[in-house]
Amino acid sequence: MAHSGPKPPHPDTLAVHAGQSADPATGARAVPIYQTASFVFPDTDTAAALFNMETPGHVYSRLSNPTVSVLEERMAALEDGVGAIATASGQAALHLAIATLMGQGGHVVASASLYGGSHNLLSYTLPRFGISTTFVPARDPEAWRRAIRPETRLLFGESVGNPSVDVLDIPALARIAEERRVPLLVDATVTTPALGRPFEMGAHLVAHSATKFLSGHGIVIGGVLVDGGRFDWAADDRFPTLAQPYEGFHGMVFAEESPTSAFLLRARREGLRDFGACMAPMTAFHILQGLETLPLRMARHVESTARIARFLAGHEAVARVHHPDVESHPDHALARRLYPRGASAILSFELAGGREAGRRFIEALTLFSHLANIGDAKSLVIHPATTTHFRMDDAALAAAGITPGTVRLSIGLEHPDDLVEDLSRALRAARK
Amino acid sequence: MRFIVEGYPAYAYTGGRAFDPGLPAVVLVHGAAFDHSVWQWQSRYLANHGHAVLALDLPAHGRSPGGIRTSIEAMARWVAAFVDAAALERAALVGHSMGSLVALAAAMAHPERVAKLALVGTSAPMAVGDAFLAAARDDSPAALDMETVWGHGRGITFATSPVPGTSLMGATRRLNGRSRPGVLAADLAACHAYRPAGDALAAIRMPTLVVAGKRDQMTPWKAGKALADRIPGARFATLDAGHSMMSEAPRELAFALRDFLAG
Repeated sequence: MAHSGPKPPHPDTLAVHAGQSADPATGARAVPIYQTASFVFPDTDTAAALFNMETPGHVYSRLSNPTVSVLEERMAALEDGVGAIATASGQAALHLAIATLMGQGGHVVASASLYGGSHNLLSYTLPRFGISTTFVPARDPEAWRRAIRPETRLLFGESVGNPSVDVLDIPALARIAEERRVPLLVDATVTTPALGRPFEMGAHLVAHSATKFLSGHGIVIGGVLVDGGRFDWAADDRFPTLAQPYEGFHGMVFAEESPTSAFLLRARREGLRDFGACMAPMTAFHILQGLETLPLRMARHVESTARIARFLAGHEAVARVHHPDVESHPDHALARRLYPRGASAILSFELAGGREAGRRFIEALTLFSHLANIGDAKSLVIHPATTTHFRMDDAALAAAGITPGTVRLSIGLEHPDDLVEDLSRALRAARK
Repeated sequence: MRFIVEGYPAYAYTGGRAFDPGLPAVVLVHGAAFDHSVWQWQSRYLANHGHAVLALDLPAHGRSPGGIRTSIEAMARWVAAFVDAAALERAALVGHSMGSLVALAAAMAHPERVAKLALVGTSAPMAVGDAFLAAARDDSPAALDMETVWGHGRGITFATSPVPGTSLMGATRRLNGRSRPGVLAADLAACHAYRPAGDALAAIRMPTLVVAGKRDQMTPWKAGKALADRIPGARFATLDAGHSMMSEAPRELAFALRDFLAG
């Protein structure tokens, strides 16, 4: 029998309204920027109750802030999660997730095609703190299964890899995650909730660099970590940070306190408190402004990207285009299934003529800005082998789907005809 | 902490403090397909304000194993057995939604063991619509939509959460979604079937408080008022919240319970 119940609001509506009341103090309709470090306690009992988690509320802006909370609650609503924590950067969100789940001896299984910054953290920095990572091909779920060890505490991949633009088979990895009882964290920076929601595909945690499409205008650095509330942290003894008493907070057992919000409780009460990589209220305000138009912008971003992918695929100076909209892309069918509205405003391609052609191409562009970022209203270009991924040797580059001739584009909101004209001229210059 | 009740372990959250049987005891009873964690804030507040708190998980809910109890009376018998197992002579009973009916039934059956009675988000009878019952019986996601959307004040998604960074609707959906197959359907059917006898209500003598949410879509505040009117001397209070007052008005509910339990 088919049942229909009351439905939660649509994502377009959530992007504008979720998590925000008109300001109770002034009636302000826009989200006020609560530019304050601390919040006055009306009396000593309230102060004690706030510190001891007897009542919820704001104490100090490292732990929570009303402007930042609006962003957290809006992202939780957009992702259909139980809550979120906004962080100083996307890197801080990834670090917070890992540090909340494991300590020395912990192990991560991660996609080999990751953003260079995430690869640095996992490959070079965390081993110094006793946390190791096995990198596996994003497209080979069985390799993920084989890489899981008794000490594995997290599976981690990008919804759409940056810059290789491979599509993570979240449903297949989620089945392995459930079977092996290891949570799956998805970095959904490239797709955003406007194109697909990882929790609906089976992921347990979602991280974003809010610097990119969420804010959408290249003006702030920020991250968001969202919990889907689905993972059972107390089912065995592998997550003592969540299922055993924490002496750092009155012996609290977070999974007992709240089975659905245990992860976020620990991440806020320990991770934000002690590592301190919190988001500034002004930053949250800027990201919220961007979020209001996220569904509109993403539709335009991916529409223009599909057009440009077709243009490049047919151009004689281009050896190969990597984008799931291109039918020859190995993830074309998967992308259609998981992201029917479009999978990515990022694409990469191989220039015929290698590194030198790449240099001439980038320098001949006028509309595209040569810089290290994605997800701006402005179109962007970069050469990963010499910039974002310069620490990786050729083998690691190849594993990440990058060659010396790979060029990455992030397609902005300009008119696509103008972008095609700019690319066309630069491709001619590259062949000279 | 855990007790053995009717042959099975029974879990109760003590509000972050060791249970002290020397303090006035408060037993908190959750609603349909929920668990102790709905009382997170009130448990901690009361435990740190002079009470021995036991926010229990009913059988087949949360951390308590055991078979599903299919009637409010059976749940009330279990709560009475729980009070015995905790070696409490008397305890205040606080219940939300289905838990309010359980607390009410336990208070009527064992008045000598119940020091005070607080009913939060309540009505009696507590009729559940056919569509909701059917969706729950079929384990349909629509049942979770109904529980989540009707279980909160209208428009709660478009309001700042009292719990910073938390989606109240998301948290409700996930907590409900964790319950075992059949639990929501059995709980709702038990609520729907329960009819307290009018003369039994009129015979209640312990101090009673009914707390209603002015924006409650599941048990409208007027239904709570009607129940309060049938219980001699019952106090009636309203909060600016929907059905899930524990998270929608956590401070205000904690203060209302504190004042009632102290008075």
